[in-house]
Amino acid sequence: MEEVKTFQDIILTLQQFWSQKGCMLMQAYDTEKGAGTMSPYTFLRAIGPEPWNAAYVEPSRRPADGRYGKNPNRLYQHHQFQVVMKPSPKNIQELYIESLKALGIDPLKHDIRFVEDNWENPSLGCAGLGWEVWLDGMEVTQFTYFQQVGGLEVDSVTSELTYGLERLASYIQDVDSVYDIEWAPGVKYGEIFMHPEYEHSAYSFDHSDTTFLFSQFSAFEKEALKQIENNLVHPAYDYVLKCSHAFNLLDARGAVSATDRPDYLKRIRHMARLIAKAFLEERAKLSFPLLKDNEADKWIEKYGVKEEK
Amino acid sequence: MTHTFLLEIGLEEMPAKVVAPSANQLKELVKTHLKENGLGYQGLDVYSTPRRLAVSVTELEEKQADRNETVKGPAKRIALDDAGNWSKAAIGFSKGQRASVEDIVFKEVNGEEYVFIEKEIKGQSAELVLKSLADRLPSMTFPVSMKWGNTSYKFIRPVHWLVALLDDKVVDMPLFDVVSGSETRGHRFLGNAVTLKHASEYQAALKREAVIVDREERQGEILKQIKALCQENNWQDPTTNVSLVNEVTDLVEYPTVFHGSFEESFLKVPEVVLETAMADHQRYFPVREDDQDAAFLPYFIAVRNGNDQGLDHVRKGNEKVLSARLADAAFFYEEDNKHAIDYFVDKLKAVSFHEKIGSLYEKQERIECIAQFLIPYFDLKSEAEADVKRAAQICKFDLVTQTVTEFTSLQGQIAGIFAGERGETDTVSNAIAEQYLPDSMEGELPRTKAGALISLADKMDSLLSFFAIGLVPTGSNDPFALRRQAMGIVRIIKAFDLPLSITDWMDAIILETQNIETKALYEQNKDSVSRFILDRLDLWLSKNADLEKDYDIRAAVLWSSHDNLIVLIDQARVLKEEKQTEKFKPVVESLTRVANLAEKAANNVTVNTELLESDSEHDLNDAVNAIEMMTEKDITAEQRWQQFVQLHPLIDAFFDENMVMAKDEAVKTNRLALLNRINKLARPFAKFNALVIK
Repeated sequence: MEEVKTFQDIILTLQQFWSQKGCMLMQAYDTEKGAGTMSPYTFLRAIGPEPWNAAYVEPSRRPADGRYGKNPNRLYQHHQFQVVMKPSPKNIQELYIESLKALGIDPLKHDIRFVEDNWENPSLGCAGLGWEVWLDGMEVTQFTYFQQVGGLEVDSVTSELTYGLERLASYIQDVDSVYDIEWAPGVKYGEIFMHPEYEHSAYSFDHSDTTFLFSQFSAFEKEALKQIENNLVHPAYDYVLKCSHAFNLLDARGAVSATDRPDYLKRIRHMARLIAKAFLEERAKLSFPLLKDNEADKWIEKYGVKEEK
Repeated sequence: MTHTFLLEIGLEEMPAKVVAPSANQLKELVKTHLKENGLGYQGLDVYSTPRRLAVSVTELEEKQADRNETVKGPAKRIALDDAGNWSKAAIGFSKGQRASVEDIVFKEVNGEEYVFIEKEIKGQSAELVLKSLADRLPSMTFPVSMKWGNTSYKFIRPVHWLVALLDDKVVDMPLFDVVSGSETRGHRFLGNAVTLKHASEYQAALKREAVIVDREERQGEILKQIKALCQENNWQDPTTNVSLVNEVTDLVEYPTVFHGSFEESFLKVPEVVLETAMADHQRYFPVREDDQDAAFLPYFIAVRNGNDQGLDHVRKGNEKVLSARLADAAFFYEEDNKHAIDYFVDKLKAVSFHEKIGSLYEKQERIECIAQFLIPYFDLKSEAEADVKRAAQICKFDLVTQTVTEFTSLQGQIAGIFAGERGETDTVSNAIAEQYLPDSMEGELPRTKAGALISLADKMDSLLSFFAIGLVPTGSNDPFALRRQAMGIVRIIKAFDLPLSITDWMDAIILETQNIETKALYEQNKDSVSRFILDRLDLWLSKNADLEKDYDIRAAVLWSSHDNLIVLIDQARVLKEEKQTEKFKPVVESLTRVANLAEKAANNVTVNTELLESDSEHDLNDAVNAIEMMTEKDITAEQRWQQFVQLHPLIDAFFDENMVMAKDEAVKTNRLALLNRINKLARPFAKFNALVIK
């Protein structure tokens, strides 16, 4: 086996590995988001009874974590490698350990641990049970069995693996700063991202126009609610993601008071819940196309729109 | 011949804190099952690791004992028709008992003959009894359960294998969609799956697969290795941190202890921060020199789930992680060090304590005001009074430091340390450091008077504030830990022996409250808050005053008219002691009778001695006069009880010789007034008619 060394080697190895295990290789979703979970390839697909196996890299923006490129571990934008398998396979833990081996991590020479960490994303009404996976004491992956999505109890449990690629790479390459990670042979992470990290931090903390962002939040929210009424789930969800990012920018700027904060999160959660419900209805109208016919019937029975007399 | 039974549930890694309690739950479940089925045994051992819960039953009986049972059927006159043939009823009955009419005998019951069938019921085999254990397993309960795959089962984590062996034979008992077998699995990385040949080889077989299933043995191994390491390096034994020892025990199947180091420069960061970063976040043991100074050293001790293969990698990896964490902590600490206390206090104005209650700054102001009222109860020196005031004025400042934002569990402690570093007196620093104590129902109390004072003020403010906006705990829902805080009030008042009336305290706070709306809300909720605190006292009394079974004494005291907690505790104690004496019953009866009649009395009528007619009336009135001379401050709860004892024959004589509800309205009113005076002496002591007397 060739040695996995660069950042892009890690991505290629994980893509290769999970596609062989039956995951579709999706691409990063083109709207700003704080985590791979918020991609429609996870959030929406975790809803309802249909199976779904996917893997993708998700660049995740967390404005408040920006440090002007000066902190060796905290970033405005980091990269997650997201794997979702639904229903959760029986051997998902074993598959995960195999993926570490594929990256050249020999479990016998390291300490790999599954430490309880129950995950919750209140703004999307999501909750799950699982672990953070420790590699010699470092949290390298969040491992979750979804129990609730968009406020709905799940019909089929999604297992979600979120690899923190920067952490994994700095471990594999044995560097102390993410900026020293080799992205491709001869090109360092810092050479690509130091500049945007600085600018995005400066924008988020010092220069963003809060009036503009507040008006954006309201406009996106209005549009999302309107499109939910039109049963246009995907466009509506894009606007929820935009709301969420606008909120994160405002939060980083210190423009949201502690008192108002819960209210904004509640507004986002409210939209996420409506969308989860609408998505389920729309899939039912389509007879849950990803289910085999004989399996779909009982779910259509459960969720299908009853013909009005 | 007896047998050995082994049951092992194999699952994905359970949360550490759930492992041991769940193993015990499984043990109790097996115990109950065997008891209810009358199957005897000698030993019942329990085993657990993060990935398995197991019990082993030794010297299990072969089968249940056989027993005879006689079943009663219809009366003879119904069982036989006129011709003497068996009726349908008789045939049906015998069939129902899986017997034939030939087995029927007659016996007389209350003068009438009935049909009976005598049956011998064979005891079930151990195997059959164990099979039905399967029905009980899904009923195990956990703090949180989950589902997985496309199934709807709920358990702590997905179940993967089940071993159910009676000696060398598999007992068929599925759990969810997992069938039982004889194959168990070893350590995730060091071991393999292994088929057990006999239930008794469980421990030994798994040890070969790098799993120590006996939790005590595993913990012993961890302790032994840590102690050896410490001895070698002249380090203090850190295993006094029992909860951390327990946690690491339940995080590994095969422990190997190792140590690592970090840069000495991080030692400038406060020790509690280093300790928290190591123990809470990474589950490492901090290291101290084993001498008088016990200096904090730049090392840590950790436990790996595995053997010593590649231990250098593991050490290096852990050192890297800790370094990054400590670098973060040091950064926050240095950032905070750029600022004085006033800077942080000022920032509190912009941080809300609760959106409907207001900012942290406002909470601090209220605490200062409440603290003023409490000072006289604490017998403080005059310079300490100034310190208490200062402590109250700044107590919440650390909540806006970066260090506490990162290490939230250190709130208060950090304030104490930072205050000391910024030149505040020891009294101020200690008081702030102790403001959140006790932080659990049975947690440590503040040690200093000033700390107790600030803690009381903070807690009472929280109770009044949350009750005022209607956020009152319901059922198991208590998001602001108000029950714990009320219990903290009870425990501090008791520990510091404070003669503090809850009502007076709240009245004083209300008096000082400027905001008209808040004032009205406090006033409205005064009784509820008082009752809420007394409910915690109820719990305290049953646990700490040996009154668990004496619910009547607790009720009598808690519904007395007194609200000075230490007095109530004292009165409960006296009632408990006196309950054993002969006098108890007659005294309680007399005072209950008084209480029932006193309800009819008008409240503001005084006794007119002119209207007293009989000697018994005069005697009682004289006695009451004498007792009223002595206020509560002059006498102990015991003495008060003795007064009741002396009063009781006079009360009885009064009832024997006088008609309370006399025809003459003036006499009647006068007698009721006399009883009312006695009742006023008794009510602060107890609600006498709540006491149960046999």
